[in-house]
Amino acid sequence: MAGVAGGACLLSLGAGLYARQASALPATALRPPGALAENDFLAACVRCGRCVRDCPYDTLKLAELGEPVATGTPYFTARDIPCEMCEDIPCVAACPTGALDHALTDIGDARMGLAVLIDQETCLNFLGLRCDVCYRVCPVIDEAITLERVHNPRSDRHAMLLPTVHSDHCTGCGKCEKACVLPDEAAIKVLPAKLARGSRAEHYRKGWAEREAAGGSLIGEQVELPVRGLEGKAHGDTRVAPGEGPGAPAGLDSGWKP
Amino acid sequence: MSVTHDTSATRVRGAALRGAIARPGAEAVAAKGWLAAHRWLILRRLSQFGILALFLAGPWFGLWIVKGNLSSSLTLGVLPLTDPYLLAQSFAAGHLSYREALLGAAIVLAFYLVVGGRVFCSWVCPLNVVTDAAAWLRRRAGLRGGKAPAEQARYWLLGFTLIAAFATGSLAWEWVNPVSMLQRGLIFGFGLAWGIVGGIFLYDFLIAARGWCGHLCPMGAFYGLLGAGALVRVSAAGRRACNDCMDCFAVCPEPQVIRPALKGAGQSHPVILDRDCTNCGRCIDVCSQDVFRVTTRFDRSES
Repeated sequence: MAGVAGGACLLSLGAGLYARQASALPATALRPPGALAENDFLAACVRCGRCVRDCPYDTLKLAELGEPVATGTPYFTARDIPCEMCEDIPCVAACPTGALDHALTDIGDARMGLAVLIDQETCLNFLGLRCDVCYRVCPVIDEAITLERVHNPRSDRHAMLLPTVHSDHCTGCGKCEKACVLPDEAAIKVLPAKLARGSRAEHYRKGWAEREAAGGSLIGEQVELPVRGLEGKAHGDTRVAPGEGPGAPAGLDSGWKP
Repeated sequence: MSVTHDTSATRVRGAALRGAIARPGAEAVAAKGWLAAHRWLILRRLSQFGILALFLAGPWFGLWIVKGNLSSSLTLGVLPLTDPYLLAQSFAAGHLSYREALLGAAIVLAFYLVVGGRVFCSWVCPLNVVTDAAAWLRRRAGLRGGKAPAEQARYWLLGFTLIAAFATGSLAWEWVNPVSMLQRGLIFGFGLAWGIVGGIFLYDFLIAARGWCGHLCPMGAFYGLLGAGALVRVSAAGRRACNDCMDCFAVCPEPQVIRPALKGAGQSHPVILDRDCTNCGRCIDVCSQDVFRVTTRFDRSES
């Protein structure tokens, strides 16, 4: 009897340990919209695959044994087939257990992951070219991804339009990663939020926010020392208007000779 | 094999010792004809493959009668069915499911409470085909011995799988559960699950006779407990005609359940009440004397 109980205990212990060991989701595997936090998801999902069946775009699939995702649980790989963000969210409606939370009724509130422009060395827009594809395909264009115009220091006369992701609107659908024109790996990738985001610096008090909240600086008025070339500007304002400021303009037309 | 219908008991016994264990039912085939001697087996295979076909008709032919798998499914868009064992694991892991899954599990529970929990094992579970094949091959190969764990191991395993779910906060057993894995694999894609199914086959074939279904499977144990008071039962109502050929014992996946009913060991009536009996009906097939029949647990009559 003791041997039998011990054997059964060992077998379940093995399964349990294996489950713990393998429960870390790889970065490229994204859960369907509305999925509970990973730990809760693994308690709730019965691996029935009904979300997979009701996905009209064959985005979702069930993990097979040997894949680095909990066996039988649904996931998708953005670079293969991204989520098309159906308005009626059929995958969530299909879930019988609540592993996909039915409280999600607006697909815009889904947070499957967070897009990160992870490789600024290969992204064509970062090279100063106009690719913009990730921005164009974004279902939440101009909110989840914006093009931020910055000076191109290489040519010194052009702008770079940098695709910039905003976490308060990005659903993690992965259409940007799928559309990235680079041949194999995308420069923009959807990562699990935990990987993509840093923790907020709660201990760090932003002076400008504090000043606004308090109606004035918390440490009182400071002695303002003049900054050469910027006399007459407000304290801290270092912006330089065209034709103003020290030195001649640099660049190809500057006429500068060594 | 040419065993005639009116063979004397002693000669049948001799036949049993020589080869009937390798080919149980030969006598029944001679007596009743092949079809009658395989009736329940054929019905059972039709049920197993038919249910699988319902699940596969969608992904293979676009005929969406049933969506999902045995873990949880929706039939014709209205009937939810959920495996109560999986839901029990999910509950142990700390999640209370939506009403749809609970309702589905209640329907399944009610069904098996009536027809016998382990009807799931013999009439629905696709892994049963694998272990039946292993048992058949083992008989034909004449393999004896091996090392089977105690029959109670499954109940311990059942308890520990629930504890593992509680301790890990996840459906830990579903990472390796060959029963759900085989059906899910057939419907959604296998990956390396072939390895686990192949392992079960080899284990049953080479190491332990009926080792998985009869000794280890915690899912079978769960359904066994569920059907402990089931209405539908097999009865050895014609036990007076028994000629001790032993074919039923040879073919039964849970041979220990037969003796009390057939030989009156510890009970007077002929009904097999043991919760481990899967109601597979194979004993009815292989009996040339028509000793067994399907009836209710309250029908204690003998013929």
